[in-house]
Amino acid sequence: MQLRQKKIKKTHTFSINFGPQHPAAHGVLRLILDLDGEIIERADPHIGLLHRGTEKLIEYKNFIQALPYFDRLDYVSMMVQEHAYSLAVEQLLAIKIPERASYIRVLFSEITRILNHLLAVTTHALDVGALTPFLWAFEEREKLMEFYERVSGARMHASYIKPGGVSQDIPFGLLEDIYSFISQFGSRINEIEEMLTNNRIWKQRLVDVGIVTAKQALNWGFSGVMLRGSGVCWDLRKSQPYEVYKNINFCIPIGKNGDCYDRYLIRVEEMRQSLTIIEQCLNFMPQGPIKIDDKKIVPPSRESMKFSMESLIHHFKLYSEGFSVLRGEIYTAVEAPKGEFAIYLVSDGTNKPYRCRIHAPGFLHLQALNFMAKGHMIADVVTIIGTQDIVFGEIDR
Amino acid sequence: MVTNSLSFTSSVLSKLPATFSSVTIVDDHLIFLTSKTNFPTALQFFKKHINAQYELLIDITAVDYLEPSHSRFEVVYQFLSLRFNHRITLKFFAKSLAMIPSSTFLYKSAGWLEREVWDLFGIFFLEHPDLRRILTDYGFQGFPLRKDFPLSGYTELRYDEEGKSIVYESLELAQEFRYYEFINPWMPIF
Repeated sequence: MQLRQKKIKKTHTFSINFGPQHPAAHGVLRLILDLDGEIIERADPHIGLLHRGTEKLIEYKNFIQALPYFDRLDYVSMMVQEHAYSLAVEQLLAIKIPERASYIRVLFSEITRILNHLLAVTTHALDVGALTPFLWAFEEREKLMEFYERVSGARMHASYIKPGGVSQDIPFGLLEDIYSFISQFGSRINEIEEMLTNNRIWKQRLVDVGIVTAKQALNWGFSGVMLRGSGVCWDLRKSQPYEVYKNINFCIPIGKNGDCYDRYLIRVEEMRQSLTIIEQCLNFMPQGPIKIDDKKIVPPSRESMKFSMESLIHHFKLYSEGFSVLRGEIYTAVEAPKGEFAIYLVSDGTNKPYRCRIHAPGFLHLQALNFMAKGHMIADVVTIIGTQDIVFGEIDR
Repeated sequence: MVTNSLSFTSSVLSKLPATFSSVTIVDDHLIFLTSKTNFPTALQFFKKHINAQYELLIDITAVDYLEPSHSRFEVVYQFLSLRFNHRITLKFFAKSLAMIPSSTFLYKSAGWLEREVWDLFGIFFLEHPDLRRILTDYGFQGFPLRKDFPLSGYTELRYDEEGKSIVYESLELAQEFRYYEFINPWMPIF
């Protein structure tokens, strides 16, 4: 009898397979869950189902051709990643971009942040059971992607922020429309918050779920909202300001309890802060050039190519040979909506990166899924995946 | 800030003599080059010392220099100190069959990062709790980010309508892989 009981005890967990086609898996996450009844003993994420070998591909492309890959990593915060790459290349080239380009970059980084957080918060709500905010948010996202389209011609994969500035100037009337967007968007956030923040079901599902202390968050290498949710005041836009963030006045919301609910509140508040940053960018936006005046790095205008032989040659050389950068290595990080997105670029002095390491914040966050989900109910896994804001484009690379 | 970096560097070098073979200062960013044997000491120091406190291990990666066997890879660690708002890079060279001490005993974040380096470069980490492949396919062979691994890989995958299953076949390219350098032959390389 005793022997039998021992045997039963040994196999008291059972494993289930979650994903990779599960809608709450945010893409192609495959989880092997070891369950004790409904309680999670172990969650083993299997990633790599969207691995495209971006880092390898970039080694075979010149610096200009490598740029569009960055849109396709985290496909809900496109321009921020282009920004990280452009900053890295600019540091290796040792160039400084004009101020207007800098403001345009910050403006669109913040639009991207809203774009990302709208998706993060409302798909999280969708996973937990609230469909309506999702529908509202996607209407707003549509407007933001229209801004993308008007400035770059593409709704998502913009390749707009390029080494040396931005690819083209803001079209006439766009800034007015962005202003009218931000003047109404605050009340859209209010609507989402009315639906969620004090909602009993929402709080039951989020409060005290997936608690991470500040020490744990640091040890697991968290960044961005996941770190701030645990009460660590850390934002690269403030602590290591790049571009014109040091001229801009904004606040960093931090959490107290380190649970999913705090992180939800932070995301909502970050959207409001992004609105103030956008407004300041609109007010401060100077006139002037939008890319540096170096025809070896940025392409000539289409118009001048029709009349100037030299421009034509420059254009041809730039899009075949590209440009060479200084030999060296650089680690550049930006505050992406999901956390610290960084590029480690090693150059051997030729026109192609020798090695381009892409550090994706979500990779380290997903690693901690096992630790965050342990001891919770199976339904809470979905909450935790939602709060981590997982996007597989950047995790699998 | 650069003076801070300088004084920090000199204090590190006085406390850990003969641990680092070179230190590079790029703006405010310090790059320490150490060796595989001295690496655990440096790791402990940077995490635990009161004047360092690099409590975030942000990234581990490797660079394949295709050197002859004595030091083919460069393993690169990125640290961040929130206390001093400072970043450092720690790196060392490793042979292609080297076994590197794992840093998971100090940093939980190293777990997957080391798995990724193992998966893509084939650098083995000693005493790693769970060193499985991470990004590549189940049953994948080879280490894709090594410079001698071809861009196209060795196998291709298709769905077999008759067998109703996925089959792997060795890669057949209709034409040889073409790779244009486009580099200007008379430009000096910096």
